[in-house]
Amino acid sequence: MEHYNMNLTLKVWKQKNSTAKGNFETYQVKDISSEMSFLEMFDVLNEQLITDGKDPIAFDHDCREGICGACSMYIDGRAHGPWSKNTTCQLHMRAFKDGDTIVVEPWRAAAFPVIKDLMVDRDAFDRIIQAGGYISVNTGNAVDANSLPIDKKDADTSFDAASCIGCGACVAACKNSSAMLFVSAKVSQLALLPQGEPEREARVLNMVAQMDKEGFGNCTNTYACEAECPKGISVTNIARMNREFLKAGLSTEQ
Amino acid sequence: MGLTGLFLISFLIVHVGVNACIFVNDGGETFNTAARFMSHNWILRIMEIGLFAGLILHIVQGFMLWKNNSSARPVDYNIKKANKNSKWYSRSMGLLGTLLLFFLIIHVSKFFVSTKIALYANGGINDASHNLYLEMKEEFQTWWVVLIYIAGVVSLFWHLLHGFQSAFQTLGINHKRYTPIIKAIGVGYTIIVCILFALMPISFYLGWIQ
Repeated sequence: MEHYNMNLTLKVWKQKNSTAKGNFETYQVKDISSEMSFLEMFDVLNEQLITDGKDPIAFDHDCREGICGACSMYIDGRAHGPWSKNTTCQLHMRAFKDGDTIVVEPWRAAAFPVIKDLMVDRDAFDRIIQAGGYISVNTGNAVDANSLPIDKKDADTSFDAASCIGCGACVAACKNSSAMLFVSAKVSQLALLPQGEPEREARVLNMVAQMDKEGFGNCTNTYACEAECPKGISVTNIARMNREFLKAGLSTEQ
Repeated sequence: MGLTGLFLISFLIVHVGVNACIFVNDGGETFNTAARFMSHNWILRIMEIGLFAGLILHIVQGFMLWKNNSSARPVDYNIKKANKNSKWYSRSMGLLGTLLLFFLIIHVSKFFVSTKIALYANGGINDASHNLYLEMKEEFQTWWVVLIYIAGVVSLFWHLLHGFQSAFQTLGINHKRYTPIIKAIGVGYTIIVCILFALMPISFYLGWIQ
């Protein structure tokens, strides 16, 4: 694709802290290369803001190679922008044209309070993982590789679920701010493996209880989460979690 | 939501089946016999209580779901492109359900209540004079009644189109081989049931059945 430069108008959400009332600020950026990533475009803007003595825009980022899940931006009405199966750092400016106006908002959910500008607090996800997203193993020498037989198909399905990076795009895209895709991916990856067996029932019950406690909404099967997930996590995981939850609820005496 | 939804879906099969007797076009003889059986058989009358309980539970669940979910995002987005990631009717189940509830209030007060009055006015034994077929025929001579019914069926169509397959997902059934079959049955069921229901007021209004 041919390289080109563009001038853009950005409408970015600015919010001082979690309690302040935020508002949109309009910025102009010039000579943005089509080969830049969306975050690099923000770097250029922030450098310019710092030079001008203004407050730069706060946003989360870490790996910048699409695997950390930190870059939570709601761009032009979609989680992580217009491309599918994509994070914000992997969104390139060739997705836009010269003269475009781009609206950038933080994730919106009661369970994801805004810390500053485009940064949100996703600790709720960590607390859900702490509630049951782990396995118990004996200490001492590592077990021999392949000593536990695992069906190839189960291993693959588990790995697909494990590719969830916990970015929160599912919550951001869901009209109910439901975290079902995230939680179901974390439940599935362990429920499919023999290592996850001992805590299987307690895990799904505790993780779902924590999810509800955090104030996420309920799933109404619109499947917006699957469409916006940068890792293409499937909603079959949600059905699996519903199954696990029903089974566990009927059989445990917790 | 899923369980009560599937229960109501199974009821609609009976409802549309009995009502389709009007298409026999024998002056309502077959239909009236079927309708009388439905309102007199004691097993069916007990099941009727279950039906109302199921319907009320479905409505209460839906209301609680809506209330819960509306508090999960206190500050909304400025720009949303939801059409890029999901179908409008899957996001509008609450609205469609509310429209259906309004329709059901009209519908029940029109036909269900009159049947019950006829049944109990004579001590619950003799309501031979009550002709539900004739009642339907008369009701559907008014254009706006026909329009209300068509609007009700349209709401039902979109509600079922999402609800049928969604109920299975909620109950944990999502299978590589069976889910496409379930989805196809859901679409087929929705189209057939809704076309049959819509044809009833239309046929009476246009005089296709006498």
